Amino acid sequence: MDLFLPESGLVIWMLIAFLVVFAILAKVAWPMIMGGVEKRNTHIAESLLAAEEANNALAGIEQKKQETLAATQAEQIRIMKESQDLKAQVIEEAKVQARQEAEKIVAEARLKIEKEQAEAMAQIKNEVIALSVDIAEKLLQRELSDKQAQNAYIEQLLKDNPPRIEA
Amino acid sequence: MNPVFRHIAFFLTFVMMLLVPAWACAQDTTNVADESQAAAEEEKFDAKSFIFGHTGDAYCFHITEIKGKPICVWLPVIMKCKDGGSWHCFSSKHVCELKEGETYEHNGARFYVASINAEKYPGKLVEVKADGSLSRPFDISFTKNAFGIFLVCIFMLAFFIPAAKMYKKDPMAKPTKYQGLVEWLTYMVLDGIIRPNIPEKKVNKFAPYLLTVFFFIFFANLFGLIPFFPFSANVTGNLSITIVLALLTFFFVNAFGNKHYWKEIFWPDVPVFLKAFPLMPIIEVISAIIKPFALMVRLFANILAGHIVIMVLMGLIFIIGGMYGVGMGSVTSVISIFMTIFMFALELLVAYIQAYVFTILSSLFIGLAQQEPEHE
Repeated sequence: MDLFLPESGLVIWMLIAFLVVFAILAKVAWPMIMGGVEKRNTHIAESLLAAEEANNALAGIEQKKQETLAATQAEQIRIMKESQDLKAQVIEEAKVQARQEAEKIVAEARLKIEKEQAEAMAQIKNEVIALSVDIAEKLLQRELSDKQAQNAYIEQLLKDNPPRIEA
Repeated sequence: MNPVFRHIAFFLTFVMMLLVPAWACAQDTTNVADESQAAAEEEKFDAKSFIFGHTGDAYCFHITEIKGKPICVWLPVIMKCKDGGSWHCFSSKHVCELKEGETYEHNGARFYVASINAEKYPGKLVEVKADGSLSRPFDISFTKNAFGIFLVCIFMLAFFIPAAKMYKKDPMAKPTKYQGLVEWLTYMVLDGIIRPNIPEKKVNKFAPYLLTVFFFIFFANLFGLIPFFPFSANVTGNLSITIVLALLTFFFVNAFGNKHYWKEIFWPDVPVFLKAFPLMPIIEVISAIIKPFALMVRLFANILAGHIVIMVLMGLIFIIGGMYGVGMGSVTSVISIFMTIFMFALELLVAYIQAYVFTILSSLFIGLAQQEPEHE
């Protein structure tokens, strides 16, 4: 039966058509498709790897951030404490200084008072001396022998010239 | 809908489909005796030409018939007459429309297409010599199957090349759905058939051939199942096509076979007396030839058988109709159509399986010819 015999004409058509399609596809299609998919596969694999690395790096950064944050907080607490200490110290110092200043002023004032007192005493002394000299002068001038009379006289003198001591 | 109810509805529909022709049959019985007999005489159903006319090759692509006039695509007839004859090229319209006993004359030679039941050259174009003897010219007509081959080839080019261009343009781009389809099909063959059988280093060398073969057979099988123009040509169910594919596999196995492969054929590791008297080499050579032969026959027979079964189921309607009248024919048609639907589903499976088997065996044979000896 002719069904089981190949037909030369059809064999030729088939050979030509198939070889042409094979040549074209082998040249422009299969390598491109396989190469493209291969390239994309590698690209995806690399990207996944890179993403994982980035993730790891991100985790590291996160940890570092936490550490930095903790460190910063500690630093902040430290600084606040320090500043409080400083404040207390400054206040303390200021108090001490104020006290010293006050003491100094008081001492100075005392010194001045003492000086003025001394001056006043000196003045009194001078006054007393001048008065004594005056009285003595007057006494000498009257040359009184009478002791009673002398005393009366001194009394009178004292009455006439009351001591000029200012309070 | 309730599944039980659905089954009942389906069953009732089926029964009604059987009853309607039976009723028609009852109406028919009165005049079936005289009329159907006359009709049967007039146009006897010829199962053989019906089946082989549809599964075989043809010079024109017959689409349908309208009011007895055939609607065809007239393909060119190209041939060279034997014994120093001249080349002839004309439309198949001239020879296909000939009536019984007529011939077509072209440039001094007379031709006709032998009937499918003819003893000599059935269904082929023959030259009638001056002395009345028949001769078969060297015939490279662009037949229905050649048309089918070209259709598959053009489809393959149109299907794969745009995808390849997309990959070439930017392999990193997000693949389109079409690219995904191409990629899926290609890698189904590449990873499922080629890579398991061929050494990794040689995959790029042989993959183009194996991919082309797979998709050629697969698309040809599918196109052969589509029952209207421009498909329906029974490409892979034709020995001329499978012989070319088998020879190409034979070529790829032997032309690239390595030293180890040839040693295994002509000087295998067997006792000397088996190869000095060349028993083993003869067996090995025969096996190398049988392998592609089996490929050729397996594909051809599977596809042809599927087509024949479908045609027989269709023809059964007319055979029964011719024997027992229109009513019985109609009853048969219902059953036939259900069975044909089943066959079509089966053939869809076969279309893939045969492409798969041809490719996997081809890659296995090619891979075996590439194997390196295990101990070294």
